[in-house]
Amino acid sequence: MSALAELGPASGAAEPAGPKPKRLTAGRLGLYAFLIIAALFFLLPFYVMVITSLKPMSEIRYGNLFGWPAAPTIAAWLKAWASACTGVTCNGIEVGFFNSMKILIPSVILSIAIGAVTGYALSFWRPRGANVLFAVLLLGAFMPYQVFLYPLVRVFSMIYLYSTLICIVIVHTIFGLPVMTLLFRNFYAGIPIDLFKAARVDGGAFWSIFLQLIIPMSTPILIVAVILQITGIWNDFLFGLVFAGRENMPMTVQLNNIVNTTTGEREYNVNMAATILTALVPLVVYFISGRWFVRGIAAGAVKG
Amino acid sequence: MASVSVRRLAVSFGHVKVIENLDLEVEEGEFIVLLGPSGCGKSTLLNTIAGLIDIEAGQVWISGKNVTWTEPKDRGIGMVFQSYALYPRMTVQQNLSFGLRMAGVPRAEIEARVAKAAKLLQLEDLLRRRPAELSGGQRQRVAIGRALVRNVDVFLFDEPLSNLDAKLRNELRVEIKKLHRDLGNTMIYVTHDQIEALTLADRIAVMRNGVIQQLATPQDVYHRPKNQFVAGFIGSPTMNFLTGRLILGAAGPTLDLGSVSIDLSAYGFARQSSDVPAVLGVRPEHIDLGAASPGHFAANGKVEIVEPMGADMIVWSRIADTPVRIRVDGDSAFRNGDDIAFHFDLARASLFDAQSGERL
Repeated sequence: MSALAELGPASGAAEPAGPKPKRLTAGRLGLYAFLIIAALFFLLPFYVMVITSLKPMSEIRYGNLFGWPAAPTIAAWLKAWASACTGVTCNGIEVGFFNSMKILIPSVILSIAIGAVTGYALSFWRPRGANVLFAVLLLGAFMPYQVFLYPLVRVFSMIYLYSTLICIVIVHTIFGLPVMTLLFRNFYAGIPIDLFKAARVDGGAFWSIFLQLIIPMSTPILIVAVILQITGIWNDFLFGLVFAGRENMPMTVQLNNIVNTTTGEREYNVNMAATILTALVPLVVYFISGRWFVRGIAAGAVKG
Repeated sequence: MASVSVRRLAVSFGHVKVIENLDLEVEEGEFIVLLGPSGCGKSTLLNTIAGLIDIEAGQVWISGKNVTWTEPKDRGIGMVFQSYALYPRMTVQQNLSFGLRMAGVPRAEIEARVAKAAKLLQLEDLLRRRPAELSGGQRQRVAIGRALVRNVDVFLFDEPLSNLDAKLRNELRVEIKKLHRDLGNTMIYVTHDQIEALTLADRIAVMRNGVIQQLATPQDVYHRPKNQFVAGFIGSPTMNFLTGRLILGAAGPTLDLGSVSIDLSAYGFARQSSDVPAVLGVRPEHIDLGAASPGHFAANGKVEIVEPMGADMIVWSRIADTPVRIRVDGDSAFRNGDDIAFHFDLARASLFDAQSGERL
């Protein structure tokens, strides 16, 4: 301590000692400026959406896109939620919200549960043909799913499930499986195999090892899987449109119906409000768990 | 009745044959060490005994039962891993009781057995902790305790001390030895550390390329190695090897090193031989300095390098252009270039066929 103190002021600025001083260089300033501008650039559309949704139509017709609303009103939000016309009916996007929830919750749980078990079996139990199954699953993850639409419609109508809630849940579960399995398999590949061996010597069976040992260790990857599946399934449009049936149209499809109505005046404020409402769920998920999301993606990408 | 018996075992990973036609008989209560360089198949053999690796051919018997197709949990074994393999989300208490809970043992008995193991391994104050809050030595004790609570016949250790620092390793080594003395269970212990093997084992199985080279007591493995590989693998610093030609003359057998000839009449031949290229192995600690005793081979040389190692010192010199290591007392004073006279007893040396490496 004392030796360092003597070195301090007496030896002047010429002698480097202690922590290196942080300097704000021109390069750093430029970097920050660029980052701030980039952030503003990407935030601008959202800003326009929010203020437009708060304006009455009379003000929107005025044409001042970036102007602050003179008389902010949430009338457009209320209309978008409860009474906007989605085709023939005029019950707002609320119906779609609850339909989406009904699709989302079972689909997320099922796809993650099956993906986790499959990943666990593939990386620890290594059954005969595991590599072939994994290769097929990988292939599945890269196939454009539009290819499967028509055959799937035929299959579901043959077993009288087409256009039901069960139908859309099954579709989401199947199409979520390759990525979920990949995610869990890669995560479990990072767990030392000795742990699994020890559990087997200790008398654990397939399910008891999975439930008591592996699942408690899987928290990070479970969070990642939940985020991936919530955003993926919530944002889905095509499957919902094709498989859900009229009764269960998800929010994205309802939103499209509101925005693309061709009769009457285009209510930009209602459209904006409905769009923000639809995007709210993934947005909230990202804000709560962005940190986990990035970590999980990186983990999944590096290991393999 | 043998406690563990491996018969005509074959294991392969894909097209690579790791073990072929291996036999091993372990007596009841015996401490066997499987020793060898990495990749020699010793861990594979242990995993097969545990039932964690599928075998290609052969049988595994434990306590008189054929367990070849039996699940690991039903084989009556406990296993301790190099990486400890403690369940990270469970406390020490839960780690110790996991196996018993899986087996559906009554709660009161679980408590009793965990308490007993914890007392034996001095883990009583740590029962509420998670593995992450333990030191390496404590973790390994928990891992041993996990095998202990299950009241098994056979303990399998897979390099349990390799992840610990030197001091802890020595401490735990003694603890394992005490444990074996107190429990009297059969123990099979895999290591690449010859000190662990020599100190712990009743018998050592030295392995190489999936084949047991020698299965014998530590004394035998050290003093009468069966082949040149075992001789070179056991002992630190390694045995000195002098390559020459065995000549069975009328005056008795000699080893011709070119410029020097070593009289082998004091050497105890293991079998009949003819004139062949041969290698004489002499341990550095069996070479003494000073005037030769009768029957010893004596030589003179210069000190080339001195390696002080604390308790003793390694002096490098030469016999017939071959470098030899001589182990001398730690407080000797030698300098490079000093002239020294040294000698060794041929009765304590080992002679190997240069071609096959087998002991002559």
